[in-house]
Amino acid sequence: MKLKFLALVTALTSVASLAQADVKVGMITTLSGGGAGLGIDVRDGFMLAIKQSGRDDIEVVIEDDQRKPDIAVQLADRMIQSEKVDVLTGIIWSNLAMAVVPSALAQGKFYLSPNAGPSQLAGKGCHKNYFNVAWQNDNLHEAGGAHANSTGYNNTFVLAPNYPAGKDALTGFKRVYEGGLSGELYTKLGQKDYASEIAQIRASGADSVYFFLPGGMGISFLKQYADSGLELPLVGPAFSFDQGILQAVGDAALGVANTSQWSKDTANPTNEAFVASFQAEYGRLPSLYASQGFDTANLLISAAGSADVADGDAFQAALKAADFASTRGDFAFAGNNHPIQDIYVREVIKEGDIYTNKIVSTALEDHSNAYVSDCSM
Amino acid sequence: MSLVLLIEQVLNGLQFGVMLFLMAAGLTLIFGVMGLINLAHGSFYMIGAFAAAATAAATGSFLLALAASLVAAAVAGAIVEMTVIRRLYNRDHLDQVLATFALILIFSEGTRWLFGSFPLFLDIPDYLAGPISLPFGIQYPQYRLAIIAVGLVVAGGLFALIAKTRIGIQIRAGESDREMIAALGVDISNLYTFVFALGAALAGIAGALIGAIQSVQVGMGEPVLILAFVVIVIGGIGSIKGALLGALLVGLTDTLAGFLLPNAFGLVMDPAAASAVGSSLASMSIYVLMAGVLLFRPTGLFGSS
Repeated sequence: MKLKFLALVTALTSVASLAQADVKVGMITTLSGGGAGLGIDVRDGFMLAIKQSGRDDIEVVIEDDQRKPDIAVQLADRMIQSEKVDVLTGIIWSNLAMAVVPSALAQGKFYLSPNAGPSQLAGKGCHKNYFNVAWQNDNLHEAGGAHANSTGYNNTFVLAPNYPAGKDALTGFKRVYEGGLSGELYTKLGQKDYASEIAQIRASGADSVYFFLPGGMGISFLKQYADSGLELPLVGPAFSFDQGILQAVGDAALGVANTSQWSKDTANPTNEAFVASFQAEYGRLPSLYASQGFDTANLLISAAGSADVADGDAFQAALKAADFASTRGDFAFAGNNHPIQDIYVREVIKEGDIYTNKIVSTALEDHSNAYVSDCSM
Repeated sequence: MSLVLLIEQVLNGLQFGVMLFLMAAGLTLIFGVMGLINLAHGSFYMIGAFAAAATAAATGSFLLALAASLVAAAVAGAIVEMTVIRRLYNRDHLDQVLATFALILIFSEGTRWLFGSFPLFLDIPDYLAGPISLPFGIQYPQYRLAIIAVGLVVAGGLFALIAKTRIGIQIRAGESDREMIAALGVDISNLYTFVFALGAALAGIAGALIGAIQSVQVGMGEPVLILAFVVIVIGGIGSIKGALLGALLVGLTDTLAGFLLPNAFGLVMDPAAASAVGSSLASMSIYVLMAGVLLFRPTGLFGSS
């Protein structure tokens, strides 16, 4: 009897060790509360790629962080200790990423970021097992600066929320922008009323406005700006113009220039197939977040196909090779494992009843980031 | 800084204050009459906004949308009062906070389940779109002026209701002695349902009015709820007059501090640092105001001790 039991245990452990050859992914993302639209798009893009690959050796555990750093930390601990995941991914917000990523890396896990790219993880805090598949936080704002230069804006008013990514945003914009500033404002994070700021823009004599107000903040700002009668040109990063937001903004967004590393009409076969299959699967157009989730999953699939996740160095090298077809076309990793990619200027248009974006120009070609030289790994 | 800009900011502060009043009036009535702390008040704000957005999308009429927001929030309020809140009157405040917090989660996820996770579209009607020219060359959005007008009309109506009507007398009596008014033959549970539904309806119309210039999304009520609590603490719990004065004070303080402090620091610092320091201090300003008021009047401006 005892022998039989032992044999059973041995058989079970051997099954378990076989199962360990698979890749287990823990996805922590925002699926409820304000900002859930972003996490849902990342998740849907990611799962679409997994489904299309037809691989059953990649297991994904998905949990909702409710946009709260403490919950994200608990989820990460549970995923690492009880679920024994090999790779973590999914976090949307930079403050949550800073709470989770460094400790996960210290425990020998891989982290693939589908969105947040705080400068702390790009410079001195870079890590060989941390890969950002979206952008470094400053990137789209640098493109905003480049667009302002090429359009000839000379007296821009800039505003962003008063939190780390907001400061990164204006730093990134000013790094590239060469003209003067007619004003610079930090607003409250989560602020919904911009009457006061709009009045100040009106009084400042600016020739254009650059704003970074992601999610609901951007919806409020755009509607109130349109209603104020101010007609200065607006420029912003894609975060206030993604597919989920535009329908809520409506006509107020039409014609506004925004910067993005991806657009629905980025011309390459991978992207065309992605847009069509995403629409078929979920019945809505993908956003840039969905494209980032999709790319993140495809990077993981490409690495899992050529290396064993148990062999850390080989898996790391396989990720770094970025041997996958990105929805963005050309894609490579810079020295600090952040993307080198083109960043476009898009314009909001109306196709039938749907508001969406189309590419009008390329702001920055093969753009890397400003923190590569600070990173030694 | 010009006078025109200052006047415009005062108008912005008034508009913000009036909107806070619509939220705080219901909250303070419910607390004053029933002694109940209702954290779910922000959910009625959200329900009003979603009902308005759905109605506007279906019919294209903004007035119908406003009516829908009133009805939906009032009905939701009445149902919640009859099923959940009624059991909480005799419990202590901790139980009330726990139960109404649970209601927030239920309403938020319920709304997500019905309408999805993406923000809805609700725009101001064409006849109120765009700015209007005021004296001194001020350009001010018509819609915001309309919000100020609606808020003042509602405030007037509420005062009349409470001061002049029979139901107002019952509400005031219920505030001072609920056993006695029950003993006098007033159906206290109907009165409570009415007050709760009225408070919810006010929050609902605030949500619809504000939803048109901000975003209609899940969780939109909670940030406003916190400010509404500040308002009723400043104004004195249970006092409609206090809610109006407190709301205007909070609205003006928040708007003017957010505008003046960064400018003031700009005189002595470089613009980027001044903006960062000024806006950090400005976001504390209303809490400083609250602390200051409580220091001199521990029960608020119009609170009874």
